[in-house]
Amino acid sequence: MTVTRRHDGTLPVSRRGFLTLGVVSVLGASWNVASWRRATLQSQDSLPGTGPSGRLWDPARAGRPLPPVTAADNDAAIQAIEKQIHCTCGCNLDVYTCRTTDFTCTVSPAMHQHVLALAQQGQSGRQILDQFVREHGVAILMAPPKRGFNLAGYFVPSLLIVVAGVALTLVLRRWVRVAVRATEAPPPDAAGATPEELARLRRELERLPS
Amino acid sequence: MTVLGNLALWLALLVGVWGALAGFVGGRQARPDLAHSARRAVFAMCGALLVAVFALEWALFQHDFNVEYVAAYTSRNLPIFYTWSALYAGQKGSLLFWATVLSVFGSLALVLTPRRHRELLPTVAGVVALVASFFISVMLFGHANPFQRLPYTPLDGSGLNPQLQNPGMVFHPPMLYLGYISITIPFAFAIAALLSKRLDADWLVAIRKWTLLSWLFLSIGICLGMWWAYVELGWGGYWAWDPVENASLLPWLTMTAFLHSVMVQEKRGMLKKWNLGLIIGSWLLSIFGTFITRSGVISSVHSFTQSSVGYFFLAFLIVAGVASFALYATRLPLLTAETQLESMVSREASFLFNNLLLIGIAFSVLWGTLFPILSELVQGTKVTVGPPFFNQVNIPLGLALLALTGIGPLIAWRRASLPNLRRQFAVPATTGGLTLLVLLVGGMRDLYALLAIALGGFVAATIAQEFARGTRARHRQYAEVYPLAFARLLGRNRRRYGGYIVHTGIVILFVAFAGMAFKTETEATLRPGESASLRSPYGHTYTFTHLGISQYDALNRQITAATVEVRRNGKPIGFLTPEKRQHVDGLGRPTFQPSTEPSIMSMLREDIYTVLGGTVNGTEQAVFRFTINPLVWWVWYGGMIVALGGLIVMWPGGSPAARRAQAGYAVRLVGEER
Repeated sequence: MTVTRRHDGTLPVSRRGFLTLGVVSVLGASWNVASWRRATLQSQDSLPGTGPSGRLWDPARAGRPLPPVTAADNDAAIQAIEKQIHCTCGCNLDVYTCRTTDFTCTVSPAMHQHVLALAQQGQSGRQILDQFVREHGVAILMAPPKRGFNLAGYFVPSLLIVVAGVALTLVLRRWVRVAVRATEAPPPDAAGATPEELARLRRELERLPS
Repeated sequence: MTVLGNLALWLALLVGVWGALAGFVGGRQARPDLAHSARRAVFAMCGALLVAVFALEWALFQHDFNVEYVAAYTSRNLPIFYTWSALYAGQKGSLLFWATVLSVFGSLALVLTPRRHRELLPTVAGVVALVASFFISVMLFGHANPFQRLPYTPLDGSGLNPQLQNPGMVFHPPMLYLGYISITIPFAFAIAALLSKRLDADWLVAIRKWTLLSWLFLSIGICLGMWWAYVELGWGGYWAWDPVENASLLPWLTMTAFLHSVMVQEKRGMLKKWNLGLIIGSWLLSIFGTFITRSGVISSVHSFTQSSVGYFFLAFLIVAGVASFALYATRLPLLTAETQLESMVSREASFLFNNLLLIGIAFSVLWGTLFPILSELVQGTKVTVGPPFFNQVNIPLGLALLALTGIGPLIAWRRASLPNLRRQFAVPATTGGLTLLVLLVGGMRDLYALLAIALGGFVAATIAQEFARGTRARHRQYAEVYPLAFARLLGRNRRRYGGYIVHTGIVILFVAFAGMAFKTETEATLRPGESASLRSPYGHTYTFTHLGISQYDALNRQITAATVEVRRNGKPIGFLTPEKRQHVDGLGRPTFQPSTEPSIMSMLREDIYTVLGGTVNGTEQAVFRFTINPLVWWVWYGGMIVALGGLIVMWPGGSPAARRAQAGYAVRLVGEER
């Protein structure tokens, strides 16, 4: 008996052969699933006293080797400077956040070393930032400096909101005045008519056919 | 299957173009035959796009690596969950997802909209078909066809970016897409109302649920995005003012403004021009967000690969914006208010100022996002506009908005008297003042954090007062026990009290954001057995002891995990296991750079966030970053409360007559005759 599945109408495999092939494939596939093979690879646990301490089984898996952290790396003043400098690796983060987040980045550690070198030369935070601006342009700063056209960046939104707020207040006051005038105005009824007008109205009404 | 997918796309495009034509002409000439044809065209387009989605999912699950999209975003060993979500992981698939969801929403709108709005439906069908056709055109003519084949078949695919292999990314993008896409339905109704000149409050009733749905999806999508960024990216925060994050916030802000100002139109017949402008603006901002994400015009970590589709979106944005606002301008004389503002001290006026702030924040976010381009145009220098800029500009505006969140509900509709204001403000203002005092006495000196928490106290007291008064009134009037009175108060005034629950969530979010002002962190290199300490803002000392490193394989990755014991004031409280992950394909070849997987111990008051940076010279000596993030737990729960409040507001119920009456300008002063 043949299995009729393929586009040419027949598949020249017997049912027994097909099932055997299926079982072999499943076994083969399961052998290739990494998580199922984990038991053979898990002997690398290196808790103190339970495994090979010291060197990792496969250091390449842990990413780029890193130098030990120094006291300068945790210096709040250095971190404050680095939080104002834009990492140029394309991550959109500041140097401090990038170097302590994306440990594969080689740009932010180099920029960090540059900051440390400048600080060791005795430069202040302002001078270090100025040096970076001289080297990379103003885009190296996480926020544009408050001068020239950049002032528009900082103050246009607030200014517009204030102007819009004042305009809105004036408009609302005018609306309120109009509404108050409308409610205070006498209703357009007979009470607003002069005696002559009322007499004329009465005469006209009397003349109408009943 | 790719042939089927391509055929389905072409069919959807042809049917969509016909649907758009039939819809607009049928609506304009009031021809029932064309109106029916447009309706059926949207259904047919939906069916064809669903077939295209099925074809792409089939290719993904079959590992048909001859399809360029499948090879680019999946691999044989990618978990099934992420293989499914690869549908919207890339530019091309997400365009298909967008068009399909839009056609589904459009079909639902045509089926579910009550018959009394049937005059609007042909144009609604036309707008939906037109927008969906645009997305299909981008796929077919903008080199973004997800069924494009390769000239060869790779043995395995490149796999999904490790950062996208997180449950947050399975739900966050679709939620945001659903939010963006569903704005098209209110926009379609707005265009239909403008074209047909039926600009009464009726079209607002038709779109109420859709605007809420859109806002809800955007809210959930943004919160899930924050959660994903926090648990996956490893930088220890949840919002970085990235252009793509900003793009998702813009329509959320304008939709929030609309949800407030629409109440003024429904109750008082005012702000018609403003509300229509907000709907059109929100939709344009949703397309603008798509343009930013896909054009590469602004650099962002979230962007898709730079491609030519950006030009399509820019052109569409300009044409749609000009056409919509031109139509809007011609109808302005028909959009006059039916009543007038009676007092500056009224709920209406407070909503207007709330709208001013929401739109002001949206403008400032947009301004900051586009400022690098503007700076390059004006002064020839590109500048970076990062978190310091956005925080400086937006935090004061956000705090003012928080204050208005508390002030608005305390002011009566139409006009508030001085005794009434005194009575309403007494408890909330006292609570806010006391909160500020307690914080100052407790030693808190950060101005923004002080203001955020004190204003949070003020708004929370406002909400509590509203619930307490409502419950007491029911208890007195109907002799209901308090829990029943509370439940019925909420159940029978879902819109009002659901809104207050949303406000509660917003308060929690603001307080949680303020917590990040007290974040502390340290880097340390530790050998097994060595410890590092960090003091939390609450005065606890946390000690982290490095116990060792394990390396093992998981399904599609090779893991290097450090085990860190955590002690608080000397008492052990648990273990953290930050990881480095090297993802591999089905053949064991590395697919991406090793990624970091933070380990987080989340507690009510603070999170302990640990990142394994790497190892020193291939030994177990490891570099860690330990961070203590106060109040982060509350960000997620604040987000959940916002979503819960939104669901309560949206929950169906009440008679259509009652809903129409509410849209019929029904506010009266006490004692005023009907």
